[in-house]
Amino acid sequence: MAAKDIEELIRSAIPDAEVEIRDLAGDGDHYAAKVVSEAFAGMSRVRQHQLVYKALGGRMGGELHALQLETAVPNGESK
Amino acid sequence: MSEAKERIDALVKGNDVVLFMKGSALFPQCGFSSRAVAILDHLEVPFETVDVLQDQEIRHGIKEYSDWPTIPQLYVKGEFVGGSDIMMEMFESGELQQLLKAEA
Repeated sequence: MAAKDIEELIRSAIPDAEVEIRDLAGDGDHYAAKVVSEAFAGMSRVRQHQLVYKALGGRMGGELHALQLETAVPNGESK
Repeated sequence: MSEAKERIDALVKGNDVVLFMKGSALFPQCGFSSRAVAILDHLEVPFETVDVLQDQEIRHGIKEYSDWPTIPQLYVKGEFVGGSDIMMEMFESGELQQLLKAEA
């Protein structure tokens, strides 16, 4: 799965998201993503990650094997 | 509740600290599971592991149980804590130590 497809899926579900994707192994299969959005304000980490997984529409753990995820609120703690 | 969900529920509620993972604590079969075990080992807390590769029903059921698509998954005192990324963030911030100390 291409990095820009991941980014587009996340942005389509969370429009204000700043998305930064790194291809960890250069194999198009192992990525790290940092997603920053106001939508995460007041959510637990689990809920923040669930929101991103929902945006990926079931690809996580399937087509997309490995995505290290970090979420944060703009200028805030990544809680 | 389905039979798989009942078994998962019993594992989650019957163990203070339980990690659903691929492989065993000694021989993790995935980098993310390995990272989760390394964090718990480092904290020197007793924990149970469940190898989802040995049980397809649990492997699929655990993803619905927590509405979480990936493995590993850590549960402390019956509560879903997160996967290996969240474990690492909480470890780095000291929150995981606090959570596990409270359970000890």
